[in-house]
Amino acid sequence: MSLLLAQSINLFAVVLLVLAFAMIAQRRILTLIHLFTLQGVALVAATLVVAHLTGQHHLYYSAAVTFALKVVLIPILLHRVIIRLNVRWDVETLFNIPTTMLLGIVLVIFAFNLAGPIARLSTSIAHGTLGIALACVLLSFLMMIVRAKAVPQVIGFLSMENGLFFAATAATSGMPMIVELGIAFDVLVGILILGVFMFQIREQFDSLDIRHLEKLKED
Amino acid sequence: MDALLLVLAIPLLGGLLLALWGHREFAAELNAAVSLLTLIAACWLTAIVVRDGPLLVWAEWFFVDALNVFLVTLTAFVGFTTSLFSRPYMRVERDHGKMTPPRMRLYHSMYQVFNGMMLLALTTNNLGILWVAMEAATLTTVLLVSVYRSAASLEAAWKYFILCGVGIAQALFGTILLYLAAERAIGGGDTTLLWTHLARASHQLDPAILSLAFAFLLLGYGTKVGLVPVHNWLPDAHAEGPTPISAVLSGLLLNVALYAVLRVKVLADGSLGTGLPGQMMVGFGLVTVVVAAFFLSRQRDVKRMFAYSSIEHMGLMTFAFGLGGPVANFAGLLHMTVHALVKSALFFAVGHAAQKAGSQAMDDIRGLLKVSPTVGWGLMLGALAILGMPPFGVFASEFLILTTAMRELPWATPLLLIALGVAFAAIFRRVQPMVFGETSLRPLAHPPALLPVFIHLGLALMLGLYIPPYLNGWYRQAALMIGG
Repeated sequence: MSLLLAQSINLFAVVLLVLAFAMIAQRRILTLIHLFTLQGVALVAATLVVAHLTGQHHLYYSAAVTFALKVVLIPILLHRVIIRLNVRWDVETLFNIPTTMLLGIVLVIFAFNLAGPIARLSTSIAHGTLGIALACVLLSFLMMIVRAKAVPQVIGFLSMENGLFFAATAATSGMPMIVELGIAFDVLVGILILGVFMFQIREQFDSLDIRHLEKLKED
Repeated sequence: MDALLLVLAIPLLGGLLLALWGHREFAAELNAAVSLLTLIAACWLTAIVVRDGPLLVWAEWFFVDALNVFLVTLTAFVGFTTSLFSRPYMRVERDHGKMTPPRMRLYHSMYQVFNGMMLLALTTNNLGILWVAMEAATLTTVLLVSVYRSAASLEAAWKYFILCGVGIAQALFGTILLYLAAERAIGGGDTTLLWTHLARASHQLDPAILSLAFAFLLLGYGTKVGLVPVHNWLPDAHAEGPTPISAVLSGLLLNVALYAVLRVKVLADGSLGTGLPGQMMVGFGLVTVVVAAFFLSRQRDVKRMFAYSSIEHMGLMTFAFGLGGPVANFAGLLHMTVHALVKSALFFAVGHAAQKAGSQAMDDIRGLLKVSPTVGWGLMLGALAILGMPPFGVFASEFLILTTAMRELPWATPLLLIALGVAFAAIFRRVQPMVFGETSLRPLAHPPALLPVFIHLGLALMLGLYIPPYLNGWYRQAALMIGG
């Protein structure tokens, strides 16, 4: 049973990675939010399994906080933002999806190479997933770079946070509780600020296209 | 212990009070009073640490030694003088219609919370909390940079948030790796990320993990330090936010980020024992100095120009700490102090000058000496000081850094000298017509606060001529602590 559970961590890790790829290729903003919510669910499930297997109680709290924040609160906020901004059905034209996907694959290989030697040293049950966590972080970077609209950029930022939380759970069976709470608080405040910003950007530029935000350049 | 509690509690309580009353007429005075109380508490804390040695309190959650106590005092001091400068400056901005009462409330409240977060980042012993406090300081400054709600300031704030968010995420990954290494060496738990515990066991930390962790942490916190190539947010945020915020960003936040790098460098040095962390810092520092110097000459906006000058000086400090050893560390710490003092003084002078001209473009600011000689002299002397002219303190620290570089890394010295020369030409050529020359400027409605400018320059002058023995001992102690 516990072997099966231990392997399920790898399953959730793969789900996280696949979702990160799906987010890069997703044009519709609404679907993007759904994908982000699913990623949160996978993260919570992985955390719960690690908590059960290692008997670390604070990981249950961590999973609860992640659930409240990443599966409930932030998706609700994002839904409200896109309804109020009237971009619910927006479809974004993306820069060459196949090229981006290939770049993503290169990043995954790079992440595995970087994390490989370190993952072997980790004693945690889920140490093999460190490479996947790093890959998720790098893929979210890529998403933030290639996206030109504000909402997808923010979702990229949040998905990066997911990758980092997964790294903390997978490699070390959780950071100290107070640190995790602090990080969660920062993320929440950050997302609130970004939400307010989106309205102000729209007011100023009549659009959420970040390409308008390229006036400040060197002469 | 009480002193430390006060240092941390006063700014946060002040932030709460100002969230209620920040729009009232007396808010600027209240802001200055809170900052003054913080400064007094910081001086008390310093006195205790100087008398009794390092302080490790509240179940080891907070740690104050020679290295951070001097930064605490510097932060509280510049926080106080900036609040004095901000009083007339923000009144003029309000009269110009750029600030409304709700914005004033946000500004004052966030100013105090920002100070509180920097002090928390400096005094905490837990590297995770250090990360949380750095991120919280970023969030408050994002709000402060965007406070005018103009297109340019929103752009600057968005860029700041996204770039620093990415940077700080890398620092978090580095912290996770550090925790991974520590878990193997000293076991997991709430006390594992305490710096004092890590420093004691640093030779047991796995070198392979630590080298990767340090790379992530250097790049992550380096984004906040303004190291090239992750510096792009810095000029925009400095140019588009209110000038008091430019002063505290340049003078304080960059220092706090560099402090975070220094703390983890000690751990990486202990674990690796190869000098690799130092070499990485030397590389980043050198590239930063050279690139920033060449960008300096292309600027037309006065605040952007001095923002690039901050990048250059942060690069120089990173270079000095990378060299390591007692002399270079001493020079780096001295440079941190004088740069914070002089750069914030410059921003004060520049703020008043830009308000007089109604523009931040250097072509529009002319003949300051004729309209208000004190602002003109403040800008001129500040520019000379930041360019490393004797007898100001910047000269002393740059001299020490260059002579150490000549001994340890001879090939780097010409690069540094060329960069400093280019920076000199760029800044002096611009400042000279702003101070002298014909004028079309108008006087201000509120008398400018120039006392802070001259206090800062006076202190920088003093540090150039004479470093009091207790300060000297304190720098030496801190320099030894960083090691390398």
